[in-house]
Amino acid sequence: MKEILSLEQVSYSYPTDDDEVVKAIDGVSLSVKDGEWIAIVGHNGSGKSTMAKLIIGLLFPQDGVVNVFNEQLTNENLWDIRSRLGIVFQNPDNQFVGSTVQDDVAFALENNGIPFEEMVKRVHESLKQVKMSEFLDHEPHHLSGGQKQRVAIAGALALRPNLLIMDEATSMLDPQGRDEVIRIVQELKQRTGLTVISITHDLEEALLADRIFVMNKGKILQTGTPDEVFKHGEQLESIGLDMPFALRVSELLRKNGLSLEGEHMTEEELVNELWTSHFKM
Amino acid sequence: MLEKMIFGRYIPGDSFIHKLDPRSKLLFVLFFVVAVFLANNVATYGLLLAFTLFVIFISRIRLYFLLNGLKPILILIIFTFLMHIIFTKEGTLLVDLKIIKIYEEGLRQGIFISIRFLVLVLMTSILTLTTSPISITDGMEDLLNPFKRFKLPVHELALMMSISLRFIPTLMDETDKILKAQLARGSDISTGSIKQRIRAVIPLLVPLFVSAFKRAEELAIAMEVRGYRGGEGRTRYRQLTWGSRDTISMVLLVMLIGALYLLKG
Repeated sequence: MKEILSLEQVSYSYPTDDDEVVKAIDGVSLSVKDGEWIAIVGHNGSGKSTMAKLIIGLLFPQDGVVNVFNEQLTNENLWDIRSRLGIVFQNPDNQFVGSTVQDDVAFALENNGIPFEEMVKRVHESLKQVKMSEFLDHEPHHLSGGQKQRVAIAGALALRPNLLIMDEATSMLDPQGRDEVIRIVQELKQRTGLTVISITHDLEEALLADRIFVMNKGKILQTGTPDEVFKHGEQLESIGLDMPFALRVSELLRKNGLSLEGEHMTEEELVNELWTSHFKM
Repeated sequence: MLEKMIFGRYIPGDSFIHKLDPRSKLLFVLFFVVAVFLANNVATYGLLLAFTLFVIFISRIRLYFLLNGLKPILILIIFTFLMHIIFTKEGTLLVDLKIIKIYEEGLRQGIFISIRFLVLVLMTSILTLTTSPISITDGMEDLLNPFKRFKLPVHELALMMSISLRFIPTLMDETDKILKAQLARGSDISTGSIKQRIRAVIPLLVPLFVSAFKRAEELAIAMEVRGYRGGEGRTRYRQLTWGSRDTISMVLLVMLIGALYLLKG
């Protein structure tokens, strides 16, 4: 599989007034392959948002190299690379540029000089992908947070990107909006094989990823599949992350002497294990 | 009070006027405003008034709704009318009420100025009532395009305007939220002397400004990441189309100005 993004020994620290330098990102190396769903998890201040800024070229690393689509990210190829990736930010209101849904989806297309006929086609196509077709002429203040984030995803998809980055895209949404957005991204990934990097502090969301990078104090603490990462539950809790509900329950049950087999990532898995547990005894 | 105000409000519809290109409407109103000053006798003022009523009729906006919404302006018009009647002392004496003497010239002037005022306000109101703010912005951007040569940042101005329009409801919601939060903490902005009330508004404005700046920063980042690099090499999703309707309205405008020119004394 083709590599789509790699960081090599990347470090970055924000300029401060005093001499004390705290590295927001400290010698991080990672690589993401085409078609993967990656979750970068960490508590506030773990450096995960700085990482997003480094990947999209809002910041440049002081040390190390960021390669996107096998090219080193520089000031020269910045706009070209940005036209091939999409990003969805945290606040649904503050990234809605257009006055209606369709204007907002077209914004990135306008910026890249796509001809009008092609724009119309792509706007409809991407709104259909996020199931917002009937909201074409809606104004942002008549949409829910989840709907606005879906429009933001459509705006990113309109560029037909190879990589979609979600920077805490669900953290300001209610549970329903959050589910809507996650379901849409899941579907998209299955259908189009889009590479997704989701930066989050929500471990439930991270469960859906192929691989998880756990960040703490600017360093990668752990890498692996959700199963592998959640084996070290206590360590995750010690850096301030909340374990998914099912995992927490199964751990507590085990502590209280109930013998459970295997790992339970979702509530369904746990419930199945529990109601069948008597048959095995 | 605010619900009745029709300044800057847009009433969606599908009349002839609604369907006009914003550029032709803007040009029309611009030249109409200038042409109003050509009028100086009964025939020309009559024509202006008749034409305006005709436009209102085809815009399918109810006259009652329009006049009701323009009440504050109507009061101003009546006031200027009275001023003219009372203070112009030319021509023959019409009515003599001892304290107030009404002369023919005063009555004439009063009526003319009131019609001029009324016609201007009605026409501009029809423009904003039948054209969405974003269309007006698009039209302005397009009409001002030739001035780019003189370093007028047309695209930037239009973008600023459309973003401001888009954020009005967002900031209104926010103001409401902050107001409620401050009320819950015992802030009181509806009673007390004017000085006290103005002071009470400060805890409302400070958080609003802080959050507006934060929004602006995030929006700028979002725009940059989505490839915004200024107007250069940008295509446009909102297309303006000049139709036969627009040509008709321009012809009508020329005819109106011609008629005013011929009829004026």
